[in-house]
Amino acid sequence: MQRTLMSGNEAAARGAWEAGVAVGVGYPGTPSTEVLENLVRYDDVRCEWAPNEKVAAEVAGGVSLGGRRALVTMKHVGLNVAADPLFTQAYTGVGGGLVYFVADDPGMHSSQNEQDTRNYAAASRIPVLEPSDSQEALQFMRLAFELSERFDVPVIVRSTTRVSHSKSLVSAGEPTEPPRSRYASDPQKYVMLPGNARARRVDLERRLDDVRAWAETWSENRVEMRDTTLGVVTSGACYQYVREALPQASVLKLGMTAPLPEALVLEFTSRVEKVAVVEELDPYLSLRLQGLGVRLETNGLGKPGELSPTAIAGAFGLQTPPVRAAIEGLPPRPPLMCPGCPHRGVFHALAKMKAVVTGDIGCYTLAALPPLKAMDTCVCMGASIGMGHGMELANSTDRPIVAVIGDSTFAHSGLTGLLHAAYSQGTGTIVILDNRTTAMTGHQGNPVSGKGIGGREAPAVDLEALCRALGAATVRTVDPNDLKATLSVLKEETGADHLSVVIAKAPCALLIKERKDPYAVDEELCTKCAACVRLGCPAISRDEAKRAVIDIALCIGCGQCVQVCRYDAIVPSGAACDIGGGR
Amino acid sequence: MSVTTVVLAGVGGQGTILAGDVLAKVAVAEGHDVKLSEVHGMAQRGGSVDTVVRFGDRVFSPVVDLGGADHLIAFEIIEAARKVPYLAPSGRLVVNRRLVAPLPVLIGDLPEPEDLEPALAAHGAVFLDAEALACEAGSPRSANIVLLGAASYGLPFAEETWRSIIAGRVPPATVEANLRAFDLGRNACAEGVCAL
Repeated sequence: MQRTLMSGNEAAARGAWEAGVAVGVGYPGTPSTEVLENLVRYDDVRCEWAPNEKVAAEVAGGVSLGGRRALVTMKHVGLNVAADPLFTQAYTGVGGGLVYFVADDPGMHSSQNEQDTRNYAAASRIPVLEPSDSQEALQFMRLAFELSERFDVPVIVRSTTRVSHSKSLVSAGEPTEPPRSRYASDPQKYVMLPGNARARRVDLERRLDDVRAWAETWSENRVEMRDTTLGVVTSGACYQYVREALPQASVLKLGMTAPLPEALVLEFTSRVEKVAVVEELDPYLSLRLQGLGVRLETNGLGKPGELSPTAIAGAFGLQTPPVRAAIEGLPPRPPLMCPGCPHRGVFHALAKMKAVVTGDIGCYTLAALPPLKAMDTCVCMGASIGMGHGMELANSTDRPIVAVIGDSTFAHSGLTGLLHAAYSQGTGTIVILDNRTTAMTGHQGNPVSGKGIGGREAPAVDLEALCRALGAATVRTVDPNDLKATLSVLKEETGADHLSVVIAKAPCALLIKERKDPYAVDEELCTKCAACVRLGCPAISRDEAKRAVIDIALCIGCGQCVQVCRYDAIVPSGAACDIGGGR
Repeated sequence: MSVTTVVLAGVGGQGTILAGDVLAKVAVAEGHDVKLSEVHGMAQRGGSVDTVVRFGDRVFSPVVDLGGADHLIAFEIIEAARKVPYLAPSGRLVVNRRLVAPLPVLIGDLPEPEDLEPALAAHGAVFLDAEALACEAGSPRSANIVLLGAASYGLPFAEETWRSIIAGRVPPATVEANLRAFDLGRNACAEGVCAL
């Protein structure tokens, strides 16, 4: 059989397509984004980027209500946003199969926190499947739609970074044609007034019992008996680590961790001398096994961050390979804003103003790092605006307070913050960084950018009109690459006694196809003042004599550095870079 | 047969992902079980990145641990130094001499590290100048394929497999230049000219 390399996200998309999914909808978020980006390549699936995960979950719920199969995708923190529909969709159940693909990020490779989606599954009483590699991502996704319909409940497929972003060999299957029926109304099932909800609440327990009974005999809740001295209960990516670190151990590999197949767990644990649980993030399985009366070996693995085979081997007292001493004195390499990034112009101004900046989620969060150091907070999607308003209420600083939020993040959950600030007669300043894309996750379209999924044309909201309608007293648009204009507008608006929105509008540097000519430093004129260096542009460095140097392979000619140089030492280099385009 | 672990370490934007993809496909074509892992998102914005490819009869974990890399192919010299603890006791180290200064160095907060070559040579590193060889091959952007060529010299795959996978993976107009880049990287290691 032909086997091909696929990432977990590619395989999950393939599995959804094979299951005959009609609609895929989500909000981009690492490490989940590529599921929809792959699904949209199948012509017969309708895919949409929603402004946020709650809307996505509701759209998917509507598709399911209409009797078709629907997939909704998000990262772990997105499920916080979608939790409201999730909990009640468990009560209503489904029409067509309804599957949530949720990717957790142990170790926070690209996230603001660690969360364990299995807790949501347990709390909402929704079954959760945990693939451990790409083949399982495909199979479990297919199965999830069947289970959802069979047991009348949404199903979560929970991935982690190492499942979503690892590639392994996959045998793909054939697409199936799920049954279709005409919509028929059923208010007792779908209108969750208390009277109906009470009945569905009781019914949910019955449905969960049915799922649990099924899970007791499902082949992917798999007992692998080897040496009976140690039995390990595990799931997801941790299964792979356990097999590598403890090849002799018996293993109960759980493909479904909620509801837990309790009889199977007890049967397995009775067949081994010692029992250990290996899991990342929360002690989800550990607590449940202890609740069943299973005595667990303590292994010291329940720490923050990712596990690895060596960490597991070490925890079980096995020898780990010798490690070479680190080479000392290496500079760290934090991620940074790209050369020519338009966000830099805004944060350069805010740093100059010594503003208190309530920040948000996106590439621009990197402005918190040196040399700009121009952001005070980053909490969650949309938090900047509410927190800025709250800082104004706290009245504890003489510095200007500015909320900064990206275009996609504003559409995600900034609208309600602005509406509240206007309604509550706030007088703050909000900067919307409109770079025409959702950059951090790989340039997805959003309702502000006028691009749909897969780069298709879509209507763009009139952002200025929207902000006025929400109640901003003034809405002004500036070019953030024009440092003087940006600074002057920000100074005026922070000094004014009304609620203002400043839209800093310039495309993401990575979207610019036609670069302007790069700049160069005139050695005679450079006074080594380093004003340009403090922009933190990766194209600008200093030579041995401390003079500024511009890497013409990286410079895209944004001209920000020209404006900060008081000695006119930054000049056109005269010719476009012709050595292959640098990046 | 046991599992072989290859780490391609570099800076976001250097082409480690494409190189890892080629390597993984070569291993598949030669009949191995293969796993590849990489990190997306925030880390790709000019930060340290690495792609891990593991192949063998049966591969479980997609990740590398300290002391676990049989081959460490560094696309940049500071990243080579940073990843040395990942190198297995008998591991092979190939280093591109290129230094990409991280932001703390660019803005003068921290000095550029010195004496990296001898420190890496103590770990048995072989060095090459991938960008120069890429220019020689006719495409400055083929430095990642030069480094794959260097990696290939120590990996148990047929040269023809490498060439066919590379030809199928790079833009059609650049196939010739990339195959030359592969040869130059491979020959550099074969002839030992990249030794210190």
